[in-house]
Amino acid sequence: MKKIFEPDAAYQPDTFAFKDPKKVKDILGRYPQTHQGRRSAVMPLLDLAQRQTAKEGLKADPPHGGWIPRAAMDEIARMLDLPPVKVYEVATFYSMFQLAPVGVHLIQVCTTTPCWLRGSDRILETCREKAGIDLDETRPDGKFTLVEVECLGACVNAPIVQINDDYYEDLTPELMEDILDALEKDKKPKTAKTAKIPGKTPESSPRRKPGSS
Amino acid sequence: MPKLTINGTEIEVAPGTSILQAAESLGYEIPRFCYHDRLSVPGNCRMCLVEVEGAPKPVASCAMAAGEGMIVHTDTDRVRRARQNVMEFLLINHPLDCPICDQGGECDLQDQAVAYGYDRSRYRESKRAVPNKNIGPLIKTIMTRCIQCTRCVRFGEEIAGVTELGLLHRGEDVEIGTFVEKAVSTELSGNMIDICPVGALTSAPYAYKARPWELRKTQSIDISDAAGSNIRIDSRGNEVLRILPRLHEGINEEWISDKARFCYDGVSRGRLDTPWLRDEPGAKLRPVSWEEALTFVAGRLRKIRAKDMAALAGDLADLESVVALKDLMTQLGTPHLDCRMDGARFDPSSRANYLFNTTIAGLERADCILLVGTNPRWESTMINARIRKAWRQKKGALPVGLIGEEADLTYPVEHIGETAAALKEIIGGKHPFAKKMKAAQNPVLIVGSAVFAREDHGAIAHLLGELARKYDIIRDGWNGMNMLHGAAGRTGALDVGFVPQAPDARGMAEIIEGTRSGAVKALYLLGTDEFNARADIGWQCFVVYQGHHGDHAAMRADVILPGAAWTEQDGTYVNVEGRPQFARQAVSPPGEAKENWKIIRALAERLNIRLPYDTSAHISARIAADWPHLAKWDVLPDHTEIGAWDLKGEKGDLSGGVLASPVRNYYMTNPLCRASEIMARCHAAFPKGRDADSGSEDKTEQEAAE
Ligand code: SF4
Ligand code: FES
Ligand code: FES
Repeated sequence: MKKIFEPDAAYQPDTFAFKDPKKVKDILGRYPQTHQGRRSAVMPLLDLAQRQTAKEGLKADPPHGGWIPRAAMDEIARMLDLPPVKVYEVATFYSMFQLAPVGVHLIQVCTTTPCWLRGSDRILETCREKAGIDLDETRPDGKFTLVEVECLGACVNAPIVQINDDYYEDLTPELMEDILDALEKDKKPKTAKTAKIPGKTPESSPRRKPGSS
Repeated sequence: MPKLTINGTEIEVAPGTSILQAAESLGYEIPRFCYHDRLSVPGNCRMCLVEVEGAPKPVASCAMAAGEGMIVHTDTDRVRRARQNVMEFLLINHPLDCPICDQGGECDLQDQAVAYGYDRSRYRESKRAVPNKNIGPLIKTIMTRCIQCTRCVRFGEEIAGVTELGLLHRGEDVEIGTFVEKAVSTELSGNMIDICPVGALTSAPYAYKARPWELRKTQSIDISDAAGSNIRIDSRGNEVLRILPRLHEGINEEWISDKARFCYDGVSRGRLDTPWLRDEPGAKLRPVSWEEALTFVAGRLRKIRAKDMAALAGDLADLESVVALKDLMTQLGTPHLDCRMDGARFDPSSRANYLFNTTIAGLERADCILLVGTNPRWESTMINARIRKAWRQKKGALPVGLIGEEADLTYPVEHIGETAAALKEIIGGKHPFAKKMKAAQNPVLIVGSAVFAREDHGAIAHLLGELARKYDIIRDGWNGMNMLHGAAGRTGALDVGFVPQAPDARGMAEIIEGTRSGAVKALYLLGTDEFNARADIGWQCFVVYQGHHGDHAAMRADVILPGAAWTEQDGTYVNVEGRPQFARQAVSPPGEAKENWKIIRALAERLNIRLPYDTSAHISARIAADWPHLAKWDVLPDHTEIGAWDLKGEKGDLSGGVLASPVRNYYMTNPLCRASEIMARCHAAFPKGRDADSGSEDKTEQEAAE
């Protein structure tokens, strides 16, 4: 899916400022003070900006999840002395970066071949029904956004869903329902580990005793 | 030096040479889209696949360095199939709209599809479409045609120094754009049209005008500045439809400025196409025949003493007409001539005083550059591009200092001071930049000719001389003293001595002054459009204007003799380096307008003076007789012959004031530009032709190099 980016939309704030100068300094300190070095700082700074809006979003009405306003990208470009387009290039490339407001819980369903073979269609269907939204939609109360993503790099435990920073693996429609139920009640869902079927990692490899990996 | 075998032929190449370059030097053509020999190598189109024995898969030859003992095949079945597959993928999302595409006939994709494309498509899914972008008045975008080679992005970043285009999104959604709508603010943007291998970026003014095979191609020289960029004029019938660069490694490489490329529509607008005559001062101009106009001028000139006449040669005047005018004036006995329309007053007796002695290509050897009173980006775009190239080649280790108006030149510049007083600081040796000058092997000083139009030009020239001696700017095998002119006709006119003929003869300022005091009773203007003739010339002076546009001077004139523009006649132009080049006639002049030297020749006849040339060949011979070096086209002056800069100046007080660049508006520097609609659109899009926030990356690139 092509990322939504509306630079002149009403929801775009005019300015952006990092709230945690210490973190910013820490990030800048990680890389050499050269042109290339500073370019390396683009990604962690984008991430920091996204986390900052996520935190603020919890208190907003309706609440929203983490996303990167255009003003933040321009601010990063200014801080790093880069042409803004160099920041835009990175931000539009990676699916971790959201460029428009999303729900508090961003449900990213992997539908690439391995996950698809392991039943991602049914997982997606469950999400649709449970969250009450279709792909690329955000629920009006700001709780959920549902998107489809390409391989999340965890095919070994397919099918996979990523919600914000967490991976949920070896999913079945039932597990998916539990997860969404928990999120609906603002509870922490059981994570992938607890949901895992003992001894099944990965299915095609020789059986291993639990914990003997 | 790796030795490799390509298609059975052994070749030894310099380390780091790519397989593609090695194959090319053997004459094997390898198709490519993203690779461009003047840009960095991204290796993203995969069209250049070749087979290397031992490698499991075909390799991208543009990005693979030639290795010792490699055995390469560029034309096997496997290679051909691989390229066919690449081509099939490229065409999946391509609209295949060649019949309505302006690139048709000169499109890399079209040409290579003939060699590697299938004759039908196997693709049954829906194709993607990409919205077009608005990136300014010169470039038309049809982004669905883009194949993401990123040449345009790299051109902006590397050559133009303006990073505004980027490759956004990814996978199937990838597109080229500025993201936030924005005109690409570089004066080199037209070159993106040339390097785009498909029809994604095409020329907006030329849209739907012609097919390349209908055009007559004429080799010519750019006259929008004094660098003498090589151009090709494409015309159909009697209309110039576009201008493209021609390769010249010594001057413009394969680029030209937007002004050079797009000012052509000014040629056909607002033209003088018939002689005009004003019977007495204050009367109205009325159109007349050539016969009447010339007889009238001759009649008036006969009644005026030679020493009360004067002549000025303008910025765009070709060498032939300047020589003819000088011959005429000499025979009449008038010493009051000048060609320095900007009012500069330097001593032109030695060529080295007013040439760009380092040469444009020579800038690449420079290791320290000091700019004085000039903004090369606006006065001579190609020279600025060359400085940027040198700076990039040296990975940022090229200090450039600027004395004068602060400016963004697309590479980092140390602003030393605004006034000439800063020269003293450099001479003093305390300033940090002075240390860099001292350490340099090949220091360069570039001074704008406008500096010599100032009251204190003598004092400045003196300081420049001192500076040159102190830092050995002219040393064995190196001449770093340069004057930069903005006018295409200037160097040629100086070379043939179209300057005051005696120590007490009048120069530009005195001639104008003389028209007011009554000392100059007749004034011949050869295409002089850069001063406000209507306001400046005294009312009782008899003024003849010969030229192609009805600017100020034409309105003041008593007689207007319509001349050809540079596209409409053969003409020699000498560039800033002192390199004579020949601009050929592409179309014929409109209406009654005539070739410029022939007008002067005809007028001389009416004055009973026989200028000894009847044909172009004769006048070329005439030039060769007195100035043999100006008859050798494209040959640089021999510096052992012309000597070194020796503008002495005299010690004096500096009058202060900023050493400003004479170009106040990049897109409006000559009558052709001022008449051009395209230039007017550029002027509206980029009000001053400058954009304060461009080129920010370069400062940081410099550090990258350290
Ligand atoms: S617009 Fe043209 S030059 Fe730029 S990436 Fe696309 S095809 Fe290449
Ligand atoms: S295919 Fe879903 S994680 Fe790889
Ligand atoms: S030309 Fe080699 S990959 Fe494009």
